[in-house]
Amino acid sequence: MLRILTMGVCLAMLAAAPAHAKTFRIRPGPDAQTQLQTALIEARPGDTVSLAEGRFELTSGLSLDVDRVTVRGEGQDESILSFTNQTSGAEGLLVTSDDVTLRDFAVENSKGDGIKSRGADRIRYLNLQVSWAGPPKSTNGAYGVYPVSSQDVLIDRVTVRGASDAGIYVGQSRNIIVRRSVAEFNVAGIEIENSFNADVHDNAVTRNTGGILVFDLPGLPQQGGHSIRVFKNLVERNDTPNFAPPGNIVASVPTGTGVLIMANRNVHVFDNAIGENGTANVIVSAYRNDIGDAGYNALPRDIMIRNNVFGRTGFAPAGDLAALKSAGVPLPDVLWDGVTTYVAGGAPRNEPVRISLKDNRTNRNTPVSFLSLGLPVATSPVTDAAPDASMPGVLLIAEPPPVRLPQD
Amino acid sequence: MRGIFLAGALALLVGAAAPVRAAADGPNMAALLAERPSPTLSAYRLFRDAGARIPNPGVTPYDLVTPLFSDYALKQRFVVAPPGAPARLNGDDVFAFPVGAVLVKTFAYPADLRAPDVEVRPIETRLLVRQRAGWAAMTYVWDADGREARLQVAGATVPVQFRDAEGALREIAYAVPNKNQCKGCHASDNAVTPIGPAPRHLDREMVYADGRRSQLAHWVATGLLDAAPPSVSAPSTLDARARAYLDVNCAHCHNPQGPAANSGLDLRAAQTDPALWGVRKRPVAAGRAAGGFLFAIDPGRPDSSILLHRMRSTDPGVMMPELGRTLAHREGVDLIARWIAAMDADGAVPDNTP
Repeated sequence: MLRILTMGVCLAMLAAAPAHAKTFRIRPGPDAQTQLQTALIEARPGDTVSLAEGRFELTSGLSLDVDRVTVRGEGQDESILSFTNQTSGAEGLLVTSDDVTLRDFAVENSKGDGIKSRGADRIRYLNLQVSWAGPPKSTNGAYGVYPVSSQDVLIDRVTVRGASDAGIYVGQSRNIIVRRSVAEFNVAGIEIENSFNADVHDNAVTRNTGGILVFDLPGLPQQGGHSIRVFKNLVERNDTPNFAPPGNIVASVPTGTGVLIMANRNVHVFDNAIGENGTANVIVSAYRNDIGDAGYNALPRDIMIRNNVFGRTGFAPAGDLAALKSAGVPLPDVLWDGVTTYVAGGAPRNEPVRISLKDNRTNRNTPVSFLSLGLPVATSPVTDAAPDASMPGVLLIAEPPPVRLPQD
Repeated sequence: MRGIFLAGALALLVGAAAPVRAAADGPNMAALLAERPSPTLSAYRLFRDAGARIPNPGVTPYDLVTPLFSDYALKQRFVVAPPGAPARLNGDDVFAFPVGAVLVKTFAYPADLRAPDVEVRPIETRLLVRQRAGWAAMTYVWDADGREARLQVAGATVPVQFRDAEGALREIAYAVPNKNQCKGCHASDNAVTPIGPAPRHLDREMVYADGRRSQLAHWVATGLLDAAPPSVSAPSTLDARARAYLDVNCAHCHNPQGPAANSGLDLRAAQTDPALWGVRKRPVAAGRAAGGFLFAIDPGRPDSSILLHRMRSTDPGVMMPELGRTLAHREGVDLIARWIAAMDADGAVPDNTP
């Protein structure tokens, strides 16, 4: 009787416990490509694919399409997936399933993007490194880490160097945290594009062309980016000459930009240290290309810039803005194109653009500066500028609530 | 004691059943519908010969009007429908296949493309099986002697040599896709789905054992399809041919539910808004793959169109499609180049353009 009872209890426990999670242990070596890809296919939800210490020489992009799998290495400098000899696949690692954790490894020299996740909800990118060797080159992959079309994205302690577009790029997603990460020597350090509700904080963003970009572009399935908070970041010395291939939106980012907000609604930039950016510490701009998409709003609206410490800026303006300096107009901490009118789908539209600066200070002996270019419409050339340096009035702009993620 | 007896009886039963099955000359549906794929292709009994050239009864060859380019590989396609359960017409989309339907595609190279029936070496055979839980994709890679193909979930790289249409020797590292890469093309809303068997792709003639006739009429007559769709005229104008080419080669990803939906580029032939099929559309996340050009299609200017630039490339970080080729498709590139060159600023191409 007792035995039967015990058996019954055991059976009940078996039924209640999830199937035993398995760990696939992969080591570098000539069969690593097949072994690693096979593990990524055969893993069941709950399993771990563990990467030993060492350099994995891979020739094809890897992919993961199983929910709840963890891919875990021995550390950013210990387990290295090298794609130097890649002959196929548009990225190093592609994730298309939910609840995936990627942690403690590096991806280097992928031919396209480093790590891309598409439609991968509740993903965690933890303690990773993605880089391209050598000086920044336009032939490097576009994005270091690239979550897109996803809900609940966590990027924590990720280092990206050398991306020819954005180091950390989150596109067409909602509920996003990018924190405690390092982006350097990319064209854009961190870019949040066509996304809703993002917190970008405690990152070190240096030596890029532009530091932190908050963009909204027309003609995409998700647009109308809003509710973005950029805070407690170090955004310093972004001075790498723009090496993006022309044609890409980031190719228009002037070298020496700290934070760039283009289109979007309700963006708050606060408690950051932003300095040594040769063009401007913060640029607020409309989308400046022609727009066929009648559903798109090209203006940045409800922008709050407060409690930041600004360092030196405007000493080496690039692109169109260099002409301003030559004409004797000094470049400021915060530069706004002054646009309140844009044309979408053939119809001109006008909207109030609320920009507020509050409680910012500098570590220089000059006060915080602001400049509106007073451009008549979004597509006006900088030569049409009617510069106005008067500080905008302080407005109340409600801040979005902090982003909370279920996997955090 | 009783257990042993039972096991013995079972063994007898299995032993007795096996020869009967081998004598039956239809596909092995139990193996096809099993959750775990068979390690060898022959276990499915789709073919009469070891080389998978001669189909068993119930396995019907078919062909597409405009096939997807795959490094000049020859493709032999077959369809299996369970008896009495035809696929159902589904508007212009891929037919609705019943559980038990199977699509088979063998990729093979002749020694010389100018003699496509001589010394043909099969490389891989892909199956799409409509199981109860949805479509399952499997890939079998052929042994060097061409007598058996074995399951390969992680993909493979196979060195292949052939002479091209001009007689030049080509050597490629043929890439057999892994299971996830299958889904890279065969996915809609993140579920595996076939691409080819839609009315517009099948509306052509086909040579059967007993003569040549309309492929769709044959499907209806033999119970593969429940009703004939309205006939679609084959694309004849340059514009229609170019759009059909993009539809087959690109739209499996570039559609609003496909893996490339986030690009905003919709290359389905049915898309009527030129801005959505690429005319003066700016790149979003193309990175260096944009090649320094401003628009997916720059009307009248093929050489500054990103779409053509990516078709011409063989760099994995640039080329499109991302998978399934290591060579550029010269004929496809020529077609799209002529099409963009003839295009006016609104994306229109005159019907009389050669």
